[in-house]
Amino acid sequence: MIDQHASSPVAPAQEITVSVRGLLKQFPAKDRTVTALDSLDLDIPRGQFFVIVGPSGCGKTTLLRILARLEEASAGRVEVHGSAEGRPENSMVFQGDSIFPWMTVWDNASYGLRMRGVPAADIRETVGHYLAKTGLTQFSDCYPHQLSGGMRQRVSIARAFANDPDVLLMDEPFSALDEQNKTLLQGELLRIWDETRKTVVFITHSVDEAVTLGDRIMVMTAHPGRAKAFFDVPFERPRDVLELRQRPEYGEMVYDIWQHLRDEVDHSQAATRPPERRRWFRR
Amino acid sequence: MATTTSPERQGTEAAPAATPVRPARWRNARNRDRLLAAVTPLVLLGIWEVLVRIGALDARFFPAPSSIFGRMVDMVSSGELWTQTWASLQRLFLGFWLGLIPGLVLGAVMGLSRPVRAALSPLVSGTYPIPKSALLPLILLVFGLGEMSKIVMVAIGVFYPVVLNTTAGVLQIQPMYYDVAKNFGAKRLQVFRTVALPGAMPSIMTGIELGAGLGLILIAIAEMVGAQSGLGFMIWNAWQLYSVDTMYVGLLVIAVIGYAMSLVLGWVARLVTPWRTDR
Ligand SMILES: Nc1ncnc2c1ncn2[C@@H]1O[C@H](COP(=O)(O)OP(=O)(O)OP(=O)(O)O)[C@@H](O)[C@H]1O
Ligand SMILES: [Mg+2]
Repeated sequence: MIDQHASSPVAPAQEITVSVRGLLKQFPAKDRTVTALDSLDLDIPRGQFFVIVGPSGCGKTTLLRILARLEEASAGRVEVHGSAEGRPENSMVFQGDSIFPWMTVWDNASYGLRMRGVPAADIRETVGHYLAKTGLTQFSDCYPHQLSGGMRQRVSIARAFANDPDVLLMDEPFSALDEQNKTLLQGELLRIWDETRKTVVFITHSVDEAVTLGDRIMVMTAHPGRAKAFFDVPFERPRDVLELRQRPEYGEMVYDIWQHLRDEVDHSQAATRPPERRRWFRR
Repeated sequence: MATTTSPERQGTEAAPAATPVRPARWRNARNRDRLLAAVTPLVLLGIWEVLVRIGALDARFFPAPSSIFGRMVDMVSSGELWTQTWASLQRLFLGFWLGLIPGLVLGAVMGLSRPVRAALSPLVSGTYPIPKSALLPLILLVFGLGEMSKIVMVAIGVFYPVVLNTTAGVLQIQPMYYDVAKNFGAKRLQVFRTVALPGAMPSIMTGIELGAGLGLILIAIAEMVGAQSGLGFMIWNAWQLYSVDTMYVGLLVIAVIGYAMSLVLGWVARLVTPWRTDR
């Protein structure tokens, strides 16, 4: 890879929070096994905003679910090094609508703390803080159906931040939003994140979003998902989303990453089309 | 960063969703609905009365509302109506809980545990289509002519819709919500309390409402056979004595009980599922 931004898969010596070695994940299918992830190595230092970009179906969600321990790896090692006793290892912002429709905004945002039996006064303080940060204070008593899609996604983010984990896992949190809301929430996310600088693993298939938010970007291959290239994002923090996008370096970086991603997107579409067609005849 | 208020937030501040504001037009429409709902039956009763008075309706089968009402006043003052109603209400109440609690427990377990579901669902779905009224002779045989047979009939009526709807309610919960609960550290009992139960609650309430309706049907039938009290007995007895007015009084009271039940259960449903919009 002859590329000015591309960098090596192993990060320089820093305290490592997430460490993945030789990760393999296979799913049993009808007549064969589907390999979702293959020989994946990854080191994420504490406090890094790590972004994963890849074509649809390349195993991004699967990787995140393994990191969240919602799924078992078929082979390989996954380690998350905690920073303090009693702090949850990770909290996930799920792909799609994941806040409980039967709980108010407040009850959703305080969910993790309540399940852990955190004292009520602490819950009030923490949840109050993150609801204020996400502009949801006056909607505390509302149910999700009374909120817009952007507000529901804010609740999901507040729920994860309020839980105060070592690692935040975010699975395309903004992909269902319109352009305006997306830009708005990216800015909000960066501001909230700047307070604590938690380790973040953020999934997206938008290169723009990756460059806007990330410290480091991993591009994945399609079928099976492997690490194809890593990029270090040089932009200083705190960042201004709109200002950043005007810079020529920003455009160059997006272009660079697209070069790596384009083959994979083509490849993934070529690979997924035929089986889908065949399925019509079988059923 | 210079951005302070989002367009989205500006838009919603005008009408904070925390205190839903209902437009005046909507309120008027609702009042009009209530008025219409009350007026229609009164108009029909008026027509009925007139038709009987002018002889267009046979008073032997369709006694005038005024004479039914007169009969009802007599039965209230003699205390008979209350005795019969109370007997039915007691059986309904006991049978309701006797059917509800096993239905809820079994439904929840079947929804949550695949082996239990595999073992029991053929049994439940296989016996469900049997008309419950056809079980009456068997129930009378097993539980005798006393109170228990009536209570059991009501319980059977309540049990089936509750167990089926509870199972279905637990099963239709998106798996993602269980992942969320697990990811945020919920333990088994917490998962049940915060995901399975509220997720299934709308369906459970539907089951309870159906069950209560079925229970009311079954208590009337059960009391017609081998009972010495209750509204079902009263109606059956009125038929034997050819006291058509009394029969109508019985029907009216049953209708009122059914209506009151659905009001109470609707209120309970709104209370336990406050997030629902379609109620
Ligand atoms: N539970 C499962 N059983 C079988 N196959 C699965 C399962 N979960 C995922 N897969 C397969 O693994 C591959 C990766 O899926 P994954 O959901 O991780 O993709 P993704 O990168 O998150 O895609 P998207 O961007 O569309 O969300 C896909 O080919 C998918 O079909
Ligand atoms: Mg995904």
